[in-house]
Amino acid sequence: MNGKSAFQERVGKALEDDFLRRSVRETQDRLRGGRVAAAADWGDWEALRTRGEAIRRHTVEHLDVYLDRFATRVEEAGGHIFFADTAEDARRYILQLAVAKGVSSVVKSKSMVSEEIGLNHALEAEGVEVTETDLGEFIIQLAGETPSHIIAPAIHKNRKQVAELFSREAGRTLSDATEALTAYARRRLREKFLRADMGITGCNFGVAESGSVVLVSNEGNARLTSSLPRIHVVVMGMERLVPRWKDLDVLLTLLTRSATGQKITSYVTAITGPRRSGDADGPEELHIVVVDNGRSALLGTKYQHVLHCIRCGACLNVCPVYRHIGGHAYGSVYSGPIGAVLTPLLNGLEKYGELPYASSLCGACTEACPVRIPLHELLLELRRDQVEEGLSPRVEQMAFRGFAWMAEDPKRFFAAAKLGQWLTRPLADEAGRLKKGMGPLSPWTESRDFPRPASQAFRDWWRREGRREGGTDDGSTR
Amino acid sequence: MRVGIFATCLVDVFFPEVGISMVRVLRRLGFDVDFPEGQTCCGQPAFNTGYWAEGRRVAKGLIRAMESYDAVVTPSGSCAAMVRRMYPRLMDEEPEWKRRAEHLAARCFEFSEFLVQRGLVDLGARLEGTAVYHHSCHMRRDLQVTEAPLRLLAHVRGLTLKALPHPEDCCGFGGTFAVKMGGISTAMADEKVDHILSTGVDFLLGSDMGCLMNLGGRLSRRGESVEVLHVVQLLDRGLN
Repeated sequence: MNGKSAFQERVGKALEDDFLRRSVRETQDRLRGGRVAAAADWGDWEALRTRGEAIRRHTVEHLDVYLDRFATRVEEAGGHIFFADTAEDARRYILQLAVAKGVSSVVKSKSMVSEEIGLNHALEAEGVEVTETDLGEFIIQLAGETPSHIIAPAIHKNRKQVAELFSREAGRTLSDATEALTAYARRRLREKFLRADMGITGCNFGVAESGSVVLVSNEGNARLTSSLPRIHVVVMGMERLVPRWKDLDVLLTLLTRSATGQKITSYVTAITGPRRSGDADGPEELHIVVVDNGRSALLGTKYQHVLHCIRCGACLNVCPVYRHIGGHAYGSVYSGPIGAVLTPLLNGLEKYGELPYASSLCGACTEACPVRIPLHELLLELRRDQVEEGLSPRVEQMAFRGFAWMAEDPKRFFAAAKLGQWLTRPLADEAGRLKKGMGPLSPWTESRDFPRPASQAFRDWWRREGRREGGTDDGSTR
Repeated sequence: MRVGIFATCLVDVFFPEVGISMVRVLRRLGFDVDFPEGQTCCGQPAFNTGYWAEGRRVAKGLIRAMESYDAVVTPSGSCAAMVRRMYPRLMDEEPEWKRRAEHLAARCFEFSEFLVQRGLVDLGARLEGTAVYHHSCHMRRDLQVTEAPLRLLAHVRGLTLKALPHPEDCCGFGGTFAVKMGGISTAMADEKVDHILSTGVDFLLGSDMGCLMNLGGRLSRRGESVEVLHVVQLLDRGLN
């Protein structure tokens, strides 16, 4: 091994951060508990998952049809639509729009796609002020960080840390009472809302039959972002569609119950076109940027399923790996099981090859996914691709070739076991446990005892006594 | 009925007492058991790490060794899940082997599942003590067997089974994950160990020696004395 990778470094740091781990654990327990209760409250949750899965499958299988329908309806309603092949295309369109319209201040509501395309940095580099208005996003913007969870971006921060951040921003010491902190954020964000020229939101669902954008939030900030500024820009992943309002009903139920355990969020906002004559409010212009950025390349592959994701975060909330390292350790925009699958697919196994291995394959993610994406099986496929593309470590390749050569032949396999038994004799304690292992075993023995191969293998016993003992106690057989 | 014992590599090499207990319990119930020596491992270490070609070579060895039995019984939920759910997929490109894989998949059972499917839930065992049962993830989610071991244990007279907090959480074993991501794996094991200790039980029980080796290794490193047993060991002890 040639030292620790950047990923391993981040993991090591996270594991030593007790604040981080406690914050993540507490929020995770609240969210996953909420999901289980909300699913039970619904009744036949499995039937609902089946419907959700079917809708997502159908939509993604006919994505071209629904994107075309969606775009047509958006334009009929007076909105503009732009298809961005890459992150660069999406950024450029929004930047050009901001420059052309003399935008100096932008408010944003939560959007993971805008993180994916690096929008904030691009706008700020052009001298545009960007303010995140989701409370969690506001916190991490002040901290100069990125979201560490799809729906709870500041999951890694506790109240005290937030009070420190807000006090620094306010220039005076604020109480760490939740009411005081939210009151500060509200006042501060109101000013930004009233000044902003452009509001940027994500899109939870686009309804193809009417060209509507549906936003799901709890703070009302998405509503202000989409209605106060004169220009509203929606950034959406190209797969974020549902065919009809009827389908939205199913997916919205799955989304909120899976994400936070809520029956419905405080706000569900549907936007169809910009302000019409006679409307009391709303933006003068609506621009919808549909981002591909590697998604269409997954269509028709064994990974197409991953496009079914509705970004509820349920897989993060049940993942034991995420639980102990949080989101930042993944080093990618999307973290947790969905991030471990999606990131290498969008950004390459060369750079993110370790992520598919950041899983014990326990399958909790697959079990929690409201649209039944077989996440842990996709991780297995990514591992397979990595090996078949020759990207796995050379030492590991040799080790598994050796393993197969031995395990193919019981004689070789048990000769190796005997050799291991003999070699480890000087290393074991009086109870026969290894406290210190060699080579690839050392990450195990650093924290856990390892057994020595038994002096008499099961097959030795079988040969010596087991076979002879044959038959049954009373001589009969079942 | 001729029952082939698929001991698994972990039991064969490291934990022969589990295999011995399984042979004894099955014989006591009247099954005609055999242990074909052509077997070694199910191939999961390679398969789960992405080495499908290597996994396939090992899988073929197990299929050859086990395919002639009426039923194949294994003391591992994880290895049973590998055979039942993954073997046919692993042989997708070789129709003849796929057929043989499906044949084996249809008759390979985890130990508790095998007994409970035949209505054998009360073996007449008696053992005083308190225990928690750890559900291994592959057995629970891939094989979808959760109740069978609990039903067997519920009939052990004198044994009190306590509930484990967050019983659905992984113990951190995950095969090569335990060494590739040793730190995370240990953090997961530690949380599970804390949960086990919070119950104050005498025994930690399970149906997969991978998980039990992980938890047992962490328990003994932490100087804890909870006794770690496979379900079949506890039954065997309770029958004698």
